[in-house]
Amino acid sequence: MTTHLDPYASSRETTEGTVFSVTGGDWDSLVSEIGESKEERIIVNMGPQHPSTHGVLRLVLELEGETVTEVRTGIGYLHTGIEKNIEFRNWTQAVTFATRMDYLSPIFNETAYCLAVEKLLGITNDIPERASVIRVMMMELNRISSHMVALGTGALELGAMGPMFFAFRDREIVLDTFEEITGLRMNMAYVRPGGVSQDLPAGMTTKIRDVVKSLRKNFEDNAKLLIGNTIWMKRTEGIGYLDLAGCTTLGITGPVLRSAGLPWDLRKMQPYCGYENYEFEVITADTADVYGRFLVRMAELEQSLRIIEQAADKLDKLEGQPVMVADKKIAWPAQLALGADGLGNSLDHIREIMGSSMESLIHHFKLVTEGFRVPAGQAYATVESPRGELAAHVVSDGGTRPYRVHFREPSFNNLQSTSAMSEGGMVADIIGAVASIDPVMGGVDR
Amino acid sequence: MTHDQTGMFGAAGTGDTSGYGGLVRTATTFGSTERPYGGYFDDVADDLERAYPDFADAITRVVVDRGELTLHVKKSRLLEVAFILRDKLKFEMCMGVSGVHYPDRTGAELVALYPLLSLTKNQRVRLEVATSELDPHIPSLVEVWAGNNWHERETFDMFGIIFDGHPGLTRILMPDDWDGHPQRKDYPLGGIAVEYKGATTPAPSNRRSYR
Repeated sequence: MTTHLDPYASSRETTEGTVFSVTGGDWDSLVSEIGESKEERIIVNMGPQHPSTHGVLRLVLELEGETVTEVRTGIGYLHTGIEKNIEFRNWTQAVTFATRMDYLSPIFNETAYCLAVEKLLGITNDIPERASVIRVMMMELNRISSHMVALGTGALELGAMGPMFFAFRDREIVLDTFEEITGLRMNMAYVRPGGVSQDLPAGMTTKIRDVVKSLRKNFEDNAKLLIGNTIWMKRTEGIGYLDLAGCTTLGITGPVLRSAGLPWDLRKMQPYCGYENYEFEVITADTADVYGRFLVRMAELEQSLRIIEQAADKLDKLEGQPVMVADKKIAWPAQLALGADGLGNSLDHIREIMGSSMESLIHHFKLVTEGFRVPAGQAYATVESPRGELAAHVVSDGGTRPYRVHFREPSFNNLQSTSAMSEGGMVADIIGAVASIDPVMGGVDR
Repeated sequence: MTHDQTGMFGAAGTGDTSGYGGLVRTATTFGSTERPYGGYFDDVADDLERAYPDFADAITRVVVDRGELTLHVKKSRLLEVAFILRDKLKFEMCMGVSGVHYPDRTGAELVALYPLLSLTKNQRVRLEVATSELDPHIPSLVEVWAGNNWHERETFDMFGIIFDGHPGLTRILMPDDWDGHPQRKDYPLGGIAVEYKGATTPAPSNRRSYR
């Protein structure tokens, strides 16, 4: 290693090598230096550890007084190598990794991945309707919990404390529902290639309707607090402007694109999981600013509630139908069951494979350890996540593990617009612009 | 399958006790799809042929598989094709770049895929460009779709594909001084063996596994 002069740490040579004395605390000299110079240009490092950058996001700001002249975005602090890891697991295990990318919308990650795998397997049309309806219901619940974080933390970052409490109260209701259905609040690995991991618990649709009722009532609190609020509008109107041309050239999708006036929603334009069978509207705004994106998200909550209600009605009609594809070479063998000591392996299934059927045991063992083979080829499946187009590009070489999985993360793509939205504005408005993109760094860095 | 595979299990270098060691599964390759392609794919191909006289020279293969249209483009023609697709065929958006590494395809080991989206016509098409590991250069599409900036940096970071003409091709996810390109197949996953109650579980990449 070569050593060189470090302006922040003086060094001296010892028998053990070079010793650096890291001192810091050079603020006084920095401030006096700035005071002496004629120009007001300074470079500020914001993040990666900063309460209002929405996670480990680093912004390098070039400021002229309080005006932002240049923004550079630094990412990669949360890179976990999920795409690489998936190549070393079988097709079903990969769901457990995919769900951990964008941790605010796990169900969307799982669904995008599973839709791509199902496309490769050629079983897209064999997915039981009940499984698709459950996926839709879970995705819309997830959209609500994700939008709640976007609204709550977005408001908090701009200095409004109250909306965050209301938003997290409502998010908690959704997470409790997730826990009841899947056993986990986040990162559930609930959607699997071929269907979902288990059916809804008994009486769940009734509970879902209660949840919808209380959420609909709760949403009014934040609507009353923020919509039309003078302070809130002063902080958000005309801020973070990005028009339609900017959105298309930067590949922006989701609420940011819809706030520019284009009603582009994959649920309507390229339906998947049977979204064509639900009635809902695509919300747009025409202001292309932070306030418009806020209004789009607020109004999308009600549309999600409408879809959840319709899904609950459908689920009642589909009671008792399978939730996993009929092909036993793909369907995960064991279903979980609720026992006296909680949710665990289905005892009937254990009794069958351990006590009565050697073939069932072999089948279970083969499928769980080896997994299934997926015909060679590549597929690209898209879903409309709370942040825009989430796509999984999946390549198979015909083996039991994915050859390559790439996720087109909307957060990753949309975060590029930070500079376009903030340059030329005030430094305080960067916070609003970033919050309106709603990036989740787990998804950005994967 | 991209390459021939032998045997049934991932273990190599041990005696074949399973009897499956002699199995050979040959690689599958996708040839060019014959017309009609079905759906709007014929329209896209027709429109492109009309708007781009050099179609036959630039597009080496047209593959329709699993309801998706893939155009294999010569890398020297990529920019021209991209401009035509954006300006004449209304593919306003490029949804990014996805790289794939096929070490067995000599001379075309590195592949970049560009999923394009047309908002006007509600259509999708995918461009596929291959290049050699020894000359990992592909023209950058940032001047066509500015949003490709970070995607190309990511693919450079992960696969080492150098996008010529990119305004600032640096690593984006890995640290700046990182060695190697993690998503290449010859780059190990890493990890350490874990010992628990006397038994040792190897790291995921070293475990015996099925293929």
